[in-house]
Amino acid sequence: MNSLIQLKNGVASLASDDWTIVQLPATQVEARKQAGKVVLFKLTGEESVTTEQIENTIIPATGKIIVPLSVFIARHRELANRVAENEVGVWLATHELLEHLIQHQTDINELPIIAIFVERFADGRIFSLGTLLRSRYGYKNDLRAFGDVLRDQLFFLKRGGFTSFVIRADRSAADAIASLNDFSQPYQGAVDEPRPVFQRYNRGT
Amino acid sequence: MYKYDEIDQQIVDERVAQYRDQMRRFLAGELTDDEFRPLRLQNGLYIQRHAPMLRIAVPYGMLSAKQLHKLADIATQYDKGYGHFSTRQNLQLNWPKLEDTPDILAELATVEMHAIQTSGNCIRNITTDQFAGVAPDEVIDPRAMAEIMRQWSTFHPEFALLPRKFKIAVSGTLQDRAVVQVHDIGMEFYRDANHKIAIKVWVGGGLGRTPILGAVIREHLEWQHALTYCEAIVRVYNLHGRRDNMYKARIKILVKALGIDEFRKQVEAEWLHLKDSPNTITEAELARVAQHFADFDYESLPAQDASFDTAVASSPAFAAWVKRCVHPHKTSGYRAVTLSLKPHGKPPGDASSEQMHVVADLAAQYSFGELRVSHEQNLILADVKLSDLFAVWEKARAHGLATPNIGLLTDIICCPGGDFCSLANAKSIPIAEAIQMQFDNLDYLHDIGDIELNISGCMNACGHHHVGHIGILGVDKDGSEWYQVTIGGKQGNDASIGSVIGPSFSAEEMPGVVQKLIEVYIKERTPEERFIDTARRLGIAPFKAHVYAKNEVTA
Repeated sequence: MNSLIQLKNGVASLASDDWTIVQLPATQVEARKQAGKVVLFKLTGEESVTTEQIENTIIPATGKIIVPLSVFIARHRELANRVAENEVGVWLATHELLEHLIQHQTDINELPIIAIFVERFADGRIFSLGTLLRSRYGYKNDLRAFGDVLRDQLFFLKRGGFTSFVIRADRSAADAIASLNDFSQPYQGAVDEPRPVFQRYNRGT
Repeated sequence: MYKYDEIDQQIVDERVAQYRDQMRRFLAGELTDDEFRPLRLQNGLYIQRHAPMLRIAVPYGMLSAKQLHKLADIATQYDKGYGHFSTRQNLQLNWPKLEDTPDILAELATVEMHAIQTSGNCIRNITTDQFAGVAPDEVIDPRAMAEIMRQWSTFHPEFALLPRKFKIAVSGTLQDRAVVQVHDIGMEFYRDANHKIAIKVWVGGGLGRTPILGAVIREHLEWQHALTYCEAIVRVYNLHGRRDNMYKARIKILVKALGIDEFRKQVEAEWLHLKDSPNTITEAELARVAQHFADFDYESLPAQDASFDTAVASSPAFAAWVKRCVHPHKTSGYRAVTLSLKPHGKPPGDASSEQMHVVADLAAQYSFGELRVSHEQNLILADVKLSDLFAVWEKARAHGLATPNIGLLTDIICCPGGDFCSLANAKSIPIAEAIQMQFDNLDYLHDIGDIELNISGCMNACGHHHVGHIGILGVDKDGSEWYQVTIGGKQGNDASIGSVIGPSFSAEEMPGVVQKLIEVYIKERTPEERFIDTARRLGIAPFKAHVYAKNEVTA
């Protein structure tokens, strides 16, 4: 069953997925929660990726792959040729910092796809990450949401600049497409339409 | 007040359709409880102790007579014939059926109403002063900006799933009546040195488990930038607020952890990118929205009215009501009126369908067809002629809406508590009723004078107990209900958080405890001193000594 929805020029359709997501192996180290004091900035308590995990990540030898940010940074030498062939994309978890990607990859438009993994659908950081990638960092290629992606968040994801959506496997992507158009004239400007309604529609005087 | 155009109407109509389909999928088992929860909450629907609760948005507290008639009809048709006005100026129905809620929303949409974002981890209803537009001390009428912010925050795609709820209050008066310092963002509008509209922005205030007054993040923001500056604040919060522990997830925790200086630095850095972006408010948009809040066609009236003066002189009951429930108006010959939803012995903030119809009729006949809900949970007719006050009073009194207790001890702010709310640790309404009956003597109440008593049934603080001059918090100890008492809290420009006086009390003890607090005040007060002034001057010690003395004697 097809679970990928692709937006092309504003038109959504089911598509076949020629990208393979490369996963980090599970960690043996017990997660230590940052109790809000450890680091000035990251108060949200997610575990970080270990060196072992990065080294033990299995990268398929051929085909189009989307690799974790940490692997993309640490193992960039072995990926360089495939990056040049447009066969490598990067994925970030919602707690990871876009700055780390930008510092490493000066021109992010060399990447044909960037994906954001959302572990729980209620994690709205994904909307800010998409917005920043598009509006701050000028990313122009495919921006994908995967993980706990459900139809009732699609409208917001679309407005935040996402162009492809891997609907969670137990749900129908065909049904979900309808929710991309839940609202026809949103009030505020966002990535897909930067002008707020008062800038694009004559509401009288 | 603001009237929908085709854009606004389409959005609420599309919301009804979206929600109807979400409800269909939930009932069909296509959405799990966990998946449906944020969807229903962002439509104001809670699953409560006895039945669902539906919270209907009353944007910045403004209602038309037509809307209130509709709310009364909905309460009759879909509920038990009454509704509860909340401290966030919304209306809550306690007994709707789950499967009826899409129809209720469809009914609301016919009168330009909705339940969008009245709950859930998103930007909530924006609140303001109930006397906006008519208060003599008003510098800027904040309602046009509140409406512009309502539209901006409605389905804001970046802020649809924040770490926790997010509340914004706006105010445009010298005396703050919108409690801007206890909101996630508080905006105080003023005129700057160049006579331009400017905003002082507070951030990180809030009640709940960790009560904190907000800090000033910006002293001067030009009004055009209100939306983009909020976007910068909420973006920093959305990305960096805690999501691992819901009790540590409000923006106040992030602001406190980073410190206001570091938080400000990050917000300002973000804002550099957002400033002057398309969401910047234009003069034309402000003018378009502001005309909906233009002054009514007031008559030219003298400051005095002979019939009013006669009525005051001849009816002590009317005079008492005028003293407590009638407020100054910027226009000569007009007054604002508070209709008390705090009759003694009834749940504070409740109104029956019949009362709602009466108030709607009063608004239509005497107050240009509009009214407001106050965060103190009363209803306001903002534009009544002096010569009409007696007629308003007679009709209000006949329907239990004229208790002359506004600002007095029995004008209690109170959440629904353990009788209705599944979050509550303890009941709150019976405590309010018992205190009202303990002080059911108007002369004594007037002698005690201005005082605010706030009750919350749990630390979520919907009853704003931290800022009550006397605050009562329901707590759970080993499965039974106890009440912790604070004094010295206050809302307004000089807001403060109350101090706990000592160990908590049983429900039966509470009227007596309040009685003892009042006795200390009566004994110690200087002439003209309000309870809060005495409490601040003396601290908790004498209050504590008197309240707990009895226990030592009887022990």
